Amino acid sequence: MNDMTPDGYTTEDGRKIGAVVMEMRNITLRFGGVVAIQDISFDIREGEIRAIIGPNGAGKSSMLNVISGFYHPQEGEVWYKGAKRPTMKPYEVAQQGIARTFQNIALFEGMTVLDNVMTGRIRQMSAGLLSQAIWKGKAEREEVENREVVEKIIDFLEIQHIRKTPVGRLPYGLKKRVELARALAAEPSILLLDEPMAGMNVEEKEDMSRFILDVNDEFGTTIALIEHDMGVVMDLSDRVVVMDYGKKIGDGSPDEVRQNQAVIDAYLGVAHD
Amino acid sequence: MAQPSQATDGMDSVPALLQRNATRFGDKPAYREKEYGIWQCWTWAEAEKEIESLALGLINLGVNEGDFIAIIGRNRPHFYWSMVAAQSVGAIPVPLYQDAAADEMAYVMDHCGARFAIVQDQEQVDKLIEVQEGLHQLEHMIYVDPRGLRKYDHHKLHRYIDIQEQGRAAYYEWIEDLKARREKLTYDSVCVMLYTSGTTGKPKGVVLSNRNIIEASKSSSEFDKLTRDEEVLAYLPMAWVGDFIFSIGQAYWCGFCVNCPESPETMQTDLREIGPTYYFAPPRVFETQLTNVMIRMEDSGKLKKWLFDRFMAHARRVGPAILDGKPVGGMDRLKYALGNLFIYGPLKDTLGLGRVRVGYTAGEAIGPEIFDFYRSLGINLKQLYGQTEASVFITLQPDGEVRSDTVGVPAPGVEIRISDTGEVFYRGPGTFEYYYKNEESTKKTKDSEGWVATGDAGFFEDGSGHLRIIDRAKDVGKMADGQMFAPKYVENKLKFYPNILEAVVFGHQREQCSAFINIDLTAVGNWAERNNIGYASYQELAGNPRVLDMIQSHVEEVNRSLADDPMLSHCQVHRFLVLHKELDADDGEMTRTRKVRRGVISEKFEDLLGALYDGSSEIFTTTEVTYEDGRKGAISATLQIRDAAVVPVETIKVAAE
Repeated sequence: MNDMTPDGYTTEDGRKIGAVVMEMRNITLRFGGVVAIQDISFDIREGEIRAIIGPNGAGKSSMLNVISGFYHPQEGEVWYKGAKRPTMKPYEVAQQGIARTFQNIALFEGMTVLDNVMTGRIRQMSAGLLSQAIWKGKAEREEVENREVVEKIIDFLEIQHIRKTPVGRLPYGLKKRVELARALAAEPSILLLDEPMAGMNVEEKEDMSRFILDVNDEFGTTIALIEHDMGVVMDLSDRVVVMDYGKKIGDGSPDEVRQNQAVIDAYLGVAHD
Repeated sequence: MAQPSQATDGMDSVPALLQRNATRFGDKPAYREKEYGIWQCWTWAEAEKEIESLALGLINLGVNEGDFIAIIGRNRPHFYWSMVAAQSVGAIPVPLYQDAAADEMAYVMDHCGARFAIVQDQEQVDKLIEVQEGLHQLEHMIYVDPRGLRKYDHHKLHRYIDIQEQGRAAYYEWIEDLKARREKLTYDSVCVMLYTSGTTGKPKGVVLSNRNIIEASKSSSEFDKLTRDEEVLAYLPMAWVGDFIFSIGQAYWCGFCVNCPESPETMQTDLREIGPTYYFAPPRVFETQLTNVMIRMEDSGKLKKWLFDRFMAHARRVGPAILDGKPVGGMDRLKYALGNLFIYGPLKDTLGLGRVRVGYTAGEAIGPEIFDFYRSLGINLKQLYGQTEASVFITLQPDGEVRSDTVGVPAPGVEIRISDTGEVFYRGPGTFEYYYKNEESTKKTKDSEGWVATGDAGFFEDGSGHLRIIDRAKDVGKMADGQMFAPKYVENKLKFYPNILEAVVFGHQREQCSAFINIDLTAVGNWAERNNIGYASYQELAGNPRVLDMIQSHVEEVNRSLADDPMLSHCQVHRFLVLHKELDADDGEMTRTRKVRRGVISEKFEDLLGALYDGSSEIFTTTEVTYEDGRKGAISATLQIRDAAVVPVETIKVAAE
């Protein structure tokens, strides 16, 4: 982190982090009179793991929803790959290569793991309705190609044993992993993870952390994640944004953030005298 | 051996067999592995190429003849190729248990002085790096799965496919060397070194020659008429002699296909997809499968349950006889055929055993009820008796002479004698060469005439000529009144209950028998769910009074059945407790092949053992546990001790005359 330049920096463990790929400039988001996000700016660099943390109601999920195009901020600009992003629908954002997972798992419960992950490939399939229906030519070819990508992800996340299991029958920790698989299937350039470890036990958290690191390492995917568990965040991320009551109160490496007085106050509370 | 048996057609090493298979039926499948959801296949010709390029790569890396190469991974074609490639370059493959903790691994790595290790993934690389300082001989590591290893220092760390690539690039430099090294291999050269887990003491390196492996594979294949069309599923630890014989010895001798599962968790699905014709599993696997079937039947509807119970009762009555080709009445046959159509067939298919022509179980005694369950379905499950030192086979059960209480007749070429103390001795072409760097143990186990002590007590049954194993010779004890105490026999009876995973019975030099019991978390957990019993951990469930009631009823049933056996009626379990933790290999309570280590257990739980005999009704205890990653912790609990009803037996005045 010491030698940060416009072109990027090298982490302590020798990973090369690239230039800024996404930038939030003075974002303000209001719901009626409630200010969810107030004048927040930060950037995400290519190949890094960027965390957004903060106490309950700090506006973390709102921020993620702004990035994914679900909410449109009243003020401020989102810059993506060097250009200002116009107001977009979520699917258009997805088409730009931004995939996400959800805090409250949003999978198709009645479908198998394989089918759920295949839906992540929708963007890569273009065969028409007729071709899909008669299952010849392009549709068949596309299915085979995409299945191969999906199988590699299934292998990567070690969920082969539940490939044909309906998602509704899976325990929580596995569902989270399936959701990650589906997001990965889109081969995103930025992956947004909304509390990937919420409600998990220590072992599941360790597994998930390893998968997140491996995804970043293996595919070079840029990852922005929201997380409650400070320990996990500090171990995983390269840089951390800290939010409290809609405001940014800290930004920097885990060590810097940990020593930031405003952050300590927000998390531990401060005596009002 | 008295008469040195000669290799047939110059087939005197495993690499030679590979050459033969690649030439004679090169386009027949040799290996399959399920990956990315599809069964990937390698023919014998392709496998030969893979092995050749790896072997060339190994020479290129500096492997010398006589070097030891440690192989650590789950059943994958890559590791089988590694073994044969190692042999081809004149090195000795040493497969290790991949779930062994780092310090266990350090011991064997140091003992054999391996210069090279071929391992599966980051986990194994990390383990070896952790202990590397103490291993002065270890020079290079080769890994198969690159995940997470990109940032590691690659001076002495290589990727498997890169080594193969280097081998192909250096083809003309080394091919003549490779051929020369391969041709030097004889019947006497070392084929493999396997470490025995040992229920006591440090592991010993058993050195097996090509003669041992090929002779044992040849005669056993002939015994069961194995052909090159068999299908096997390789899922047992590669470090275990059985897997080496089945997946390399017999597979190369016969030329049949070895199928590797996608991951350990998918084994059951993969088993169904392959439908092996030749199947081997230790008793525990059969127990687990049976437990799963029983759980699912408990959960099924009334009609299905009724049908299942009714037809299974019929199968138990006539199934084994039909399988053995004995006369059975027409009505019974018809009913069995119906059962086969509606119950047994679908069940066998679900279990993945629908095509099994020859099935074996060994390693431990199997509960007769479990054994009969599979036999009654029409699965030709047989027992064999063997050990690493014998290249597996000591005795085998011939078709049609299968019983749950014997282990069969001597394997072809094997001689057996029973010593005065009742211990079983054998010698044969499969008898191991020596223990590596352990002359003392070699002398103790194998005498100058080649007879090997098994450490098991047994006798030949009058009439049938079958061998019966009573117990480990050192486990068989005497009770305080001088009667025979055979713990395993009682334990196996207890373990037949799906709810009981493990049992350890004590009684040597005691007035009465008592037992430690482990519940089966799957079976009891399922039962708890159905009965609305909440629990958060194994420990909590194990201490539940209703679980204890259930276990007590099982113990009492076992006591009733023991009472009918004049030899063992005094071995009834008077008191028992359910342990607060599962016995585990990581804690040293079991071997990696999951045999209980009585010595360790009775030392570790000395306080509990004391409580079983001092009449107390509960005891507080704290136990140290080791987690999978080697960290340690402690758990404590207050355990209930229950008295089980026993059937009074008249004291036998004099033992049988």
